[in-house]
This record gives sequence, structure tokens and C-alpha cells, in this order.
Amino acid sequence: MSDQILLATRKGLFRLVRGGGGWRIDGPSFLGTPTMVTEVDQRDGTVYAGLGHGHFGPKMHRSRDGGVTFEEVATPALADGEDASVKGLWSLATDPRHEAGVWCGTTPGALFHSKNGGESWELVRSLWDHPTRKDWFGGGTDHPALHSIEVDPRDPNHVMLGVSCAGVWETRDGGDSWSSIGTGLFADYMPPEQAKEPVVQDPHLIRICDADPDVVWMQHHNGVFRSVDAGHSWSLCESVDPSVFGFAIASDPTNREVAWTVPGVSDDMRVAVDGAICVSRTEDGGRSWTALRNGLPQEHAYDITYRHALDVSADGQRLCFGTIAGNVWISEDRGGSWLTIGQTLPMVHSVEFF
Amino acid sequence: MPRVEFTAHLRRHLDVKDADVSGDTVRAALDAVFAVQPKLRGYVLDDTGALRHHMVVFIDGDQIVDRVGLTDPVIASSTVHVLQALSGG
Repeated sequence: MSDQILLATRKGLFRLVRGGGGWRIDGPSFLGTPTMVTEVDQRDGTVYAGLGHGHFGPKMHRSRDGGVTFEEVATPALADGEDASVKGLWSLATDPRHEAGVWCGTTPGALFHSKNGGESWELVRSLWDHPTRKDWFGGGTDHPALHSIEVDPRDPNHVMLGVSCAGVWETRDGGDSWSSIGTGLFADYMPPEQAKEPVVQDPHLIRICDADPDVVWMQHHNGVFRSVDAGHSWSLCESVDPSVFGFAIASDPTNREVAWTVPGVSDDMRVAVDGAICVSRTEDGGRSWTALRNGLPQEHAYDITYRHALDVSADGQRLCFGTIAGNVWISEDRGGSWLTIGQTLPMVHSVEFF
Repeated sequence: MPRVEFTAHLRRHLDVKDADVSGDTVRAALDAVFAVQPKLRGYVLDDTGALRHHMVVFIDGDQIVDRVGLTDPVIASSTVHVLQALSGG
């Protein structure tokens, strides 16, 4: 059972810790500094935190004591001579091929790799130099955002990426080569001729199922999709209650049929549906969805949950999500009921159980 | 020698020291500082070597013109102030 959660917010990094008296809020680290994303290497407990200083740019930090104290390590950067600069750190993932291996996704769509726990980073040139990259574009950000890095637990050379907006990318050789994949996705924001092109898709988040990594869930700009062939083809989930729009999605690590989203109204109305917060859950592979509301505010609530701000524990029992309004809730019964953890916290960027 | 002074806000994150350095452009003066304090570079400049979007540099009270090349001239009596812009707050 996961008893700790990292909560990365607009004003620092908090830890939610479950003790004898229930959940408490520890920290923050980096008070006043936007903390964008975290990654816990489950093998040794090393914590990585990607910061986004308003003035001083992105910076990477690392903790060896479970997120209590941090040291600054190297920050992924493009080399002199490139026409771009790393604007933000958007995603992190452990690379189990190396003792201290880490992947890092950024805006403007660059993927980096470290073999030494962030002491140094190498740009993944095979993706950066891909001929299609000139056609990638920003979705919600000025530049393409590489927000999802999903490593296949069966084969660490198989990695899937999600980019807003460049769709889904796959490597089977540890990053030496990349392919744009994803039939069945559609983009209503594009002209009809291009709506089904894989490289124009806007996956808001991609999450594989650890129990069956061929099953992949996606909250897309235009709906919720599920794949059963490792992201090559996708089926639309048509009956997400109360809305197909959102940013976050969580995949039950123990059950290929179960996933959760946090719905909003639509892309041109980014607020909670009917002024009420809910989490939507499917238990039948996306065919039917139930809005879970027990313990969540049901009037005059307008919160949106960012893409990284919903997570599920490794046993599939606990969920946590946080919103742009600084509300944070935890469920210990798979979403059936929710405990309020904070109502005055800073805007939540990401949530991670560990 | 030109003097380079940094916003005190940087001291929350780094052990930053103001410095008297040689150099006849902003670039040369900053490079001289970064040679001694390498971690500071990424806080002031972006990956391309341009001034970060929400940072500003003044020479004797005048904001520099060339934020990319940092070619604005400095002289021995110049004071270079490296500050954060209000736009990034």
C-alpha cells in the first residue's frame, strides 16, 4: 500500500504522508518555486523533481531521502547551435536498463536521457532530428510538450511517448529509432483532410496498464481512447459520464479493464461539469463509465485537473488528484469515496504515489 | 574593470558573487563570471546562449539592446546589473 504522495504545485513540492492519524501534509520543498513534475525511482527511492522558475528557467533536483532534502543536478539542455531552448520539464520516467537511468520529456518536444541519475543528460537525437518535427506544434503551450513517457515493464527498450501536439511515438530499440503510431484517433481541431493523421493528434496523457502493457489508456483532446495493441490502434470510449473532455487519466496497474478520468466540460469551456467535481471510472474496458462524487463538492466548483495531477497507487486501491484551485482529494476505495486533504494549497501540477 | 552585479533573488538558489571582470561586451563580462561560477549560466542564459526571456541586463542604468548576441559594449568603469524582469513573476 502506498502511504506517501508527492504533490508538485505552483508554489513548491509537498509530501502527503499517511500516519496513525490519517493523511498529513509535509513540506514544502522549494517554497515559492513552481514544481512541475516528479519521478520516484522505485528501485532505490531516488526522487527527481523538475522545477520551472519563472525567471531562471527549468532546473532539475534530486533527493536521496524520499523527497525531504534535494540537491540540484544537471538540467536537460539543448546544445549551443540548436535553434531552440528547453522551456520546461514536462515528464520523467525511470529507465530500468541502467542503475540510475532516467528519461525526461520537455517543451519544446525534446526527449533527454540520463544514465547517471541526472548528473548529465543526452538529447535523444533520433527523435529530435525526425523529419516530422518541423510539423509538431504546441497544444496549451507555445511549443510541443512531451508529457508522457511510458516504459513497457516487460521490455525497457519498448517506450511510448505522448506529445501535445505530435501524437504517439514508439521505440522498440531503446530510443535508437522512433515511429509515429496511432490509428483510430481523430482531431476535431484540424481540417478534415488531416484529422486522422497520427502526428497531429493531441494526447493529453497516455498511461499503460502495468498488468497488461498492451492495454493503453489515453485522455485525448477530443475524447477518451483505449488501445489493446500497445498504442497502434485506438477505440473511442463514447459514454464517459459526464464528459469526454479532460486532461488526466489513471490506469489501474492491476486490472486492464479499469481506468479513471477527471472530466471537464469541453476544450472551449475548461471547467468542471455543472459546477460539480467528479471522477469517472470504467470497470469494463471503457464501455461504460460511472461518475464518482461521494465526498467531492457538488456546487459552485469549477476546478480543472491538470494532466499529471491524478494518480493511482500500485495496488489500484488508492487515488489522489489535485486541481488548479489547490483542492486535493484522496480515495482509499478506488474512487468510491473521497477525503479532502487540502482546500487552500497552490495550483497542483502533478501527483505521484510512492 | 567592469563590475557585474546580480539580483539578490538568485542567492536563494545559488551562492552567487558579484564580480569585477575583464571584457568589452556584456557577453565577455558574463562569460568571465560563468567561468568561475558555471552553474549561474543556466539561470541567466537559455540553452542558445541568449538572455532568458524574463531576465534583464542593464549597463550603467541602460537596458541592453542585444538580448541574443549580448554584444552591447561595456567599458572599464561600467556596472552591469543582471536582474529579473517583472514580466516573469
